[in-house]
Amino acid sequence: MKEYLVLRVITKLLLPFILLFGLYVQFHGDFGPGGGFQAGVIFAAGFILYAMVYGVKAARKVLPIGILRGGIAGGLLLYALVGVANLMLGENYLNYTPLAESMKEGQHLGIFLVELGVGITVASVMMTVFFTFATWRED
Amino acid sequence: MEAWIDIIILFFMAVTVFAIARLRNLLAVVMLGGIYSLLAASIFVVMDAVDVAFTEASVGAGISTILFIGTLALTTRIEKKPAHTPLLPLIVVCITGAVLIFGTLDAAVYGDPQSPAMQDVAPYYLENTKKHTGIPNVVTAVLASYRGYDTLGEVTVIFTAGIGVILLLGSWRRGISASTRRKEEEE
Amino acid sequence: MDSWEFILGYYNYWIAVFLAMAGMYIVIARGNLIKKLVGLNVFQSSVFILYISFGKVEGGTAPILTAGVDTYSNPLPHVLILTAIVVGVATTALGLALVVRIRDEYDTIEEDDIHSQDESM
Repeated sequence: MKEYLVLRVITKLLLPFILLFGLYVQFHGDFGPGGGFQAGVIFAAGFILYAMVYGVKAARKVLPIGILRGGIAGGLLLYALVGVANLMLGENYLNYTPLAESMKEGQHLGIFLVELGVGITVASVMMTVFFTFATWRED
Repeated sequence: MEAWIDIIILFFMAVTVFAIARLRNLLAVVMLGGIYSLLAASIFVVMDAVDVAFTEASVGAGISTILFIGTLALTTRIEKKPAHTPLLPLIVVCITGAVLIFGTLDAAVYGDPQSPAMQDVAPYYLENTKKHTGIPNVVTAVLASYRGYDTLGEVTVIFTAGIGVILLLGSWRRGISASTRRKEEEE
Repeated sequence: MDSWEFILGYYNYWIAVFLAMAGMYIVIARGNLIKKLVGLNVFQSSVFILYISFGKVEGGTAPILTAGVDTYSNPLPHVLILTAIVVGVATTALGLALVVRIRDEYDTIEEDDIHSQDESM
């Protein structure tokens, strides 16, 4: 896509805002519409846009395959480990109350961590799927 | 006013699906699928499901359209003319649809505050979310806290699907795919 | 006026049924695998619309707690459908990967051609 100057410039302009919006949706999901699922997809969409305009190779430089694969497993592990942490602290699995001093704070922290895990897994899976589809014919 | 928006958007969705069923140009079908998802997102906003609308707009209209187009690039753009008459499927679909419509007549009227769905746990969540978790978005609270197991399972499904795509198309298959095998045999 | 209210009360469900049946028709009547997956997605969305319709409360707002609002729509269907949408796209991606592999092996994505190739083997 070397010849589409407008697309390349606009992509570079838009990309930080898309990623910032993804982070906003991720961390503001407690108070407004949003959460890990949506944020993960928006975050992935930013990188997919970059990969479509600048090529998968350039995107792979920003996000090496190892980080993506780690993200797929890491998000799910984070989710499951939050549950295990509650078990260790003497509560039921995925009952976040003992994570902090009061019930509200514990629940808040638990929801935050769990949503983060969801976001990481969803974003990594979406980007991995796109990259695998895009590189299938290159061998 | 809200009722009219509801009626018109749902009517547009029905028209879009009709066009999807008729067309044989797969690129047009996929783009109509994206429009269909966007209409679904708007109807979700009308029905107060803002979180769902958000997800549908980003996932249905965004990512899944991209994936479909990517697949089209790897396969083919035009569907072949169907060889069979669509008579039998039409009969099956009409009978099933008639049974389902008969079933909906027993359901609660749209927007009924006394509907069975609003009787048990929903009021509990609405009353206690602020007390238990202190966050205003009930959907997030139910998703991550009250029904945390459920969401853990869903994330596992996404994880498994991602692994499945890597296993089917990942770079480790390089050299064992049929097209490269054929190319090597020709050489 | 009664019949108008009757239609309004069930219109959403009827359209959802129509969309589901159109999706099912595409899945069973068309031979192209990508078309089938689009049909499955249509079917899936129709179920989403049905669920969210059940959760709607007349005069309610989105279930984000705000001071001064008493009526909220049912948050439970929203949670179920929210996760179902993302799971749906993940499984669709898996289905599309299978389509790409099938095209790689058979050089076609039409169901009839795949069957005839299987039989001739």
